[in-house]
Amino acid sequence: MSRNVSLTLQNTGDSRPIIEAIVADNATAQVREFPSMTKIDCPDKLVIRAGSVTSRIGRAWDVQEIHLSVISLSGTVDEEEDEFTLFWK
Amino acid sequence: MNASAPKKMSLKQKYALMTRGVDWTPTYQKPEDFYPYAQFEGIKIHDWDAWEDPFRLTVDSYWKFQAEKERKLYAVIDSIAQNNAQTGITDPRYLNAVKLFIQGVTPLEYQAHRHFAHLARHLPGAGVRIAAQMQSIDELRHTQTQIHTISHYNKFFDGMHDFQHMHDRLWYLSVPKSFFDDAVTAGPFEFLTAISFAFEYVLTNLLFVPFMSGAAYNGDLATVTFGFSAQSDESRHMTLGLEAVRFLLEQDEGNVPIVQKWIDKWFWRGYRLLSLVSMMMDYMLPKKVMSWAEAWEMYYEDAGGALFADLARYGIKPPKYADVASKEKDRISHEVWTVFYNYTHAAAIHTWDVDDAHLDWLSEKYPATFDKHYRDRYLTWRGQAAEGKRFYNNGLPMLCNLCQIPMAFSEPDDPSTICFRDSTYNGAKYHFCSDGCKDIFDNEPEKYVQSWLPVHQIYQGNCGGASVEDVLKWYHIDLGTDNLDFAGSPEDKMWQSWKNPGAKPESDLPLAAE
Repeated sequence: MSRNVSLTLQNTGDSRPIIEAIVADNATAQVREFPSMTKIDCPDKLVIRAGSVTSRIGRAWDVQEIHLSVISLSGTVDEEEDEFTLFWK
Repeated sequence: MNASAPKKMSLKQKYALMTRGVDWTPTYQKPEDFYPYAQFEGIKIHDWDAWEDPFRLTVDSYWKFQAEKERKLYAVIDSIAQNNAQTGITDPRYLNAVKLFIQGVTPLEYQAHRHFAHLARHLPGAGVRIAAQMQSIDELRHTQTQIHTISHYNKFFDGMHDFQHMHDRLWYLSVPKSFFDDAVTAGPFEFLTAISFAFEYVLTNLLFVPFMSGAAYNGDLATVTFGFSAQSDESRHMTLGLEAVRFLLEQDEGNVPIVQKWIDKWFWRGYRLLSLVSMMMDYMLPKKVMSWAEAWEMYYEDAGGALFADLARYGIKPPKYADVASKEKDRISHEVWTVFYNYTHAAAIHTWDVDDAHLDWLSEKYPATFDKHYRDRYLTWRGQAAEGKRFYNNGLPMLCNLCQIPMAFSEPDDPSTICFRDSTYNGAKYHFCSDGCKDIFDNEPEKYVQSWLPVHQIYQGNCGGASVEDVLKWYHIDLGTDNLDFAGSPEDKMWQSWKNPGAKPESDLPLAAE
């Protein structure tokens, strides 16, 4: 049985390209918008690729910049240089 | 470009160097003297180096990102003051949720700051000490930013002027205070399970995510900004909580039953504390994002379900009585609102008549319970107030000896019967609102017989005197300003003068019929 991982981001200029990158890179991501925040659920695993965000903002995006945008998450975190992953083992 | 420039370190290398790499092993002190709190809870750790922060956050990055968060937040705070943002909220009644926040939550942030500093000294692993140190600084930041932001509302509105004093004395604030007092008087591993895991990971989403979205929806720039700024730290804290629990479970099989007991206890304690949030969501947001029941489904039943399915491989079961919490989701906010409506004369918030549009929203969101059990109650109150007989309960309620909430919750399977449980310890009888609270007491009665119960203290003469006025003075509640119904309050009049400058103020609505 698949279980959702979940990431909630603020609706800010910093977050928008991250949300776009997630939607582009995770075919099964479901996006729900609420006042001031966006919740993204995805079965089993969700990846944010630094390259995908970088190509949208026109400068190098540091994976740790996620700290400025995220407000909640559910799942196991793995943070590497080039991608941020949420998954259930 | 210099081709021989050193290659940038990977996150993993940097993390290793800046956590375990700066640790040392004491040579002239025994480990048990150096870490005196690490043994007595019975938790066994064989390899502290197995701990790793999945965010791999090191102190240099920490300062960089926290500074950026502060710059953003303080720009907004300046803008709030400069642009009179207090006039832009949807409805001044909304601010009663903010009053509950500064009275009930901000002092907990400060307690968390102090106790994570304690953990940063006393946990024997370098990785977890660094994470605790960052969290200690985060919690101090939350305390400060909440006070700074809400201080703008305090210039105009009532009930926020002496929140720390009130936190230490008021009957409903003994609920959050006693929760955290319980956590900080536990051992370091129980505290970590209680606050980092059960509270941060499993439950704070319900306060900081849908409620803050509601704050934004109601034009409260201030609260949503500090809320989300704090919550951006919380996602790191949640991750710490999950990793901490996994680490304890992986280190020794003997840890599993100990951790399970803590998860059961702190789930229930946290859930009872959040009953205040259920009222904030269902009754204090003029424009609504989602109901308490919907938030519970999204953030506990769905997210918690996935989490506990993940922990099942260690032999961890979902928290005991989580099923009761789900049964109560259609009732709890109405039961708590009822308590506050009965006792607003002794609270530093206002209550009000729930208007027709709001009644209809509640019927829609709670089709199984609202019309059957609560609508008529509110209409009766409305009728009483219209006749000048607004009901205030002048008796003092029996409190649950554990969560300290007045005994107003109903039986899990019968919304029309109040739930009473009791235990006898050393010849004295103790009362509880639920099986969850009774179990916690029965496991550690010697701790909870010491509870400072506000009602008992009033009866014992320790709260300023025997009359309501005496107790209110001791609470620092200004009678007729901070308490009673919103209608006719100084805030109500001030708001009307802002919105209709020059208009003659409406006459006061009836107050208590005593």
